[in-house]
Amino acid sequence: MTRVAVVGAGPAGLAAASAALRAGAEVTLLDAAAATGGQYWRHLPPSRPAAREARLHQGWRDFTMLSRAVARHPRATVIAGAQVWAVEPCAFGDRAPTLQYAVGDADGSDRDVRTLSPDALVLATGAHDLTLPFPGWDLPGVFTGGAAQALAKSERVAVGERVVVAGAGPFLLPVAASLLSAGAEVAGVFEASPAGTLAAGWASGAASVAAMPHKLGELAGYVVGQLRGRVPYRAGAGVIAAHGIDRVEAVTVAALDADWRPIPGTERVIACDAVAVSHGFTPRLELAIAAGCALADDFDKLNPAGLDGLDPAHFDGLNPAGLDRLNPAEPAAPRPWSRFVAVDDDQRTSVPRVFAAGEVTGIAGADAALREGGLAGWLAAGGDPGDRRVAAARRRIARYRGFARALDAAHGIRPGWTDWLTRETTVCRCEELSYGRLTDVLEATGSRSIRALKLATRAGLGPCQGRICGRTVESIAAARNGAPLDGVVIDRRPIAAPIRFSELARLPHPEERHEP
Amino acid sequence: MHSDAIVIGAGAVGAACARALAGAGLTVTVLDASGAAAGTSGQGEGNLLVSDKLRGPELSLAMRSLELWDGLQRELDDELPPGIPPLEYERKGGLVVATTDDGAAPLLDFAAQQRAAGIDARPLTAAEALDLEPDLNPAVTAAVFYPEDAQVQPVNATEALLASARARGARTVFGARVIAALPAASDRLTGVRTTRGDFTADHVILAAGPWSGEVAACLGASLPVRPRRGVVLVTTRMPHRIFHKVYDADYVAAVESDAASLQTSSVIESTAGGTVLVGSSRQQRGFDDALDLTAVREIAEKATRVFPFLAGASVMRVYGGFRPFLPDHLPVIGPDPAVAGLWHATGHEGAGIGLALGTAELLRDLVTGRAPQLEPGAFAPSRGTLAAA
Repeated sequence: MTRVAVVGAGPAGLAAASAALRAGAEVTLLDAAAATGGQYWRHLPPSRPAAREARLHQGWRDFTMLSRAVARHPRATVIAGAQVWAVEPCAFGDRAPTLQYAVGDADGSDRDVRTLSPDALVLATGAHDLTLPFPGWDLPGVFTGGAAQALAKSERVAVGERVVVAGAGPFLLPVAASLLSAGAEVAGVFEASPAGTLAAGWASGAASVAAMPHKLGELAGYVVGQLRGRVPYRAGAGVIAAHGIDRVEAVTVAALDADWRPIPGTERVIACDAVAVSHGFTPRLELAIAAGCALADDFDKLNPAGLDGLDPAHFDGLNPAGLDRLNPAEPAAPRPWSRFVAVDDDQRTSVPRVFAAGEVTGIAGADAALREGGLAGWLAAGGDPGDRRVAAARRRIARYRGFARALDAAHGIRPGWTDWLTRETTVCRCEELSYGRLTDVLEATGSRSIRALKLATRAGLGPCQGRICGRTVESIAAARNGAPLDGVVIDRRPIAAPIRFSELARLPHPEERHEP
Repeated sequence: MHSDAIVIGAGAVGAACARALAGAGLTVTVLDASGAAAGTSGQGEGNLLVSDKLRGPELSLAMRSLELWDGLQRELDDELPPGIPPLEYERKGGLVVATTDDGAAPLLDFAAQQRAAGIDARPLTAAEALDLEPDLNPAVTAAVFYPEDAQVQPVNATEALLASARARGARTVFGARVIAALPAASDRLTGVRTTRGDFTADHVILAAGPWSGEVAACLGASLPVRPRRGVVLVTTRMPHRIFHKVYDADYVAAVESDAASLQTSSVIESTAGGTVLVGSSRQQRGFDDALDLTAVREIAEKATRVFPFLAGASVMRVYGGFRPFLPDHLPVIGPDPAVAGLWHATGHEGAGIGLALGTAELLRDLVTGRAPQLEPGAFAPSRGTLAAA
């Protein structure tokens, strides 16, 4: 019997587990959280059921059906609180990579360390909120959109009485709606992309978007049903600073141009006691990278990140300081904001027996994650590729990829955002690195190595290991000095989560580990 | 573009060579296939050690280098722009301990030989060792303190040396991978063809660390440098409880070993950032950089024997770097025996940061025809112990 391991129990992972079971596999589903559902289906603890739960969640029926089907299945093992901390590629390529995971409270002292060597692996590790820095973003009262929504959904607590919602993307709308439902006043929703960009972006994916009436209806439903008349919504505007002594008391909102550059003279101050900011999502790539999966930095290309040298034509001499500066003729920097696990039409990664599904392969929402997970799980389990549902799933997924492209075209991060930073703005919160210090080091060193830049500035060396600042630092470095040349991406974390020395000492010895 | 000298490799050794040559009045161009400190120099601890060395040419080179490191910060203070991060030079001292009965006598013998060679190596009682490091395993069977052992932050040091070289007129070009010699098929090297164009020079200095063997082959030379992998664990931040560089006495044996198989020993120290670095392993497996959990586990076990409190510490990150290994454990510093115009400054294995300044000084003396401070013969690329390899 094929043994399939699925990492991540959000929509993609649950769908993968369910499909793999349907195809006859033995399935182990691992998730670091205490319960299945992922970020998307974050729900109440069992001791506090809510009658209106179903109304608060998209596709709640999907979730209950899937999670029950998986949890009750005799061939399924669901392990919550399982932190995968390392992935070891198979040396001979004839098996899936080995997962090292620890089960139990991350702060507790007696986690159980375990190893899993499946026949096939589905990575459905999802994404976390992406928040671009701005002056004052480290003040108490500034939340990620995801954190504000999670508190509203699971604790029925609004992060403030009067909240400003800002950033980019359709996710701002459910954040605002959840704040309203938790009793907050929403002082405004500010979408960074101007109306023209939104229209052009969504029009670029018109065919695929039009094919998904459900998706459009979902978005329109938010605006019309819950927000209209109650919440001012403005496109082409953003929070460019938060103010306050001990916590947020007000924000400055400015109009932004098509490149997200603040337009001078348009600033206005809005009083509020909390801000919820989301500029998109950062896929959790570390396990896929550790497994050896190729990354794509564009939606259409299987293109491992990093450059191998440059075309000689791009070298045209040196500046007087002796520092070889960014040459405008150089190839464009890799796009750190749109770096995902590269997959083919069957959700296969570049590594045999490893599949990826959901937000790690592109940001297209929960419906796409469900379809991708289903396809990945079915094929990982050795399900019949000629099954008519496979062809249908491929067609649906192709449309969702069109949707993801349109989403990026409409709401994707534009380079002008750095104009709202000041020298004092914190870039890396763990290590308290300021934008001024970062640009001073980039200027003085001409650094083209992400590894060296991290060590010289301490960016990304703190507890979050660059999960918050990493892509910000990469894009600032690339814009200033040119694309990094060392092939290092900040998402590479061979130790994916902290592991204790005492836990390492309990790892099975290699001779015990690689038994068939 | 023509320069007096090209340095291939913008790691610590290449940066130090560029600075020394530029200081001697040469025009210098530094080429790197990637960026500064993107290879070995960005993946180590920045050790400046005498404690792991015995009498001989490497010790002389280490002692001269330490002397130069000690004066470097003062020299750089006036030269460098404010964006260059601090060297973090610290003469924190090394404490070498044995944790087994069998390990005690060899450590004390080794220290006695080092004292005879001029190293300040002070045997300590267990109580004295615990005074220096209160959290040390009280069951240590022998301990020796080396006050001269020091460290720098290796990336910052490399960037500082490069910036200083630029202040002296040198130029740095990143993303320039060497493809071929100029002219092709000639005994006299007059430059290199790279992925960013042709660069000519009277002297070409190869300081490409573990990649030096490949680059040498591109240039028609032969150099038996091989990559040897080392892994260092980094803990989450914790209160400062380790005050010196602390090693298990096994470390010296691992450094001196020729074995390709995995060898680990403990090298433990705190950083300014509050993390603890725990090394290290040595293993030959080409340029394979996949995580090796066997090495990680062994390193963690041995470190816990030296500092039992580390059992509760968490590993947050690992570095896995390749070090340039030469079969006779000495760097090559000097002219290539076959290709005129080509010079080598590589093969320092894990000691490249510590030996960088002495290496650069010796290379500068040889290139410019000055009388060298150190006897160059032991480091000559033409030496017999390499010919056999």
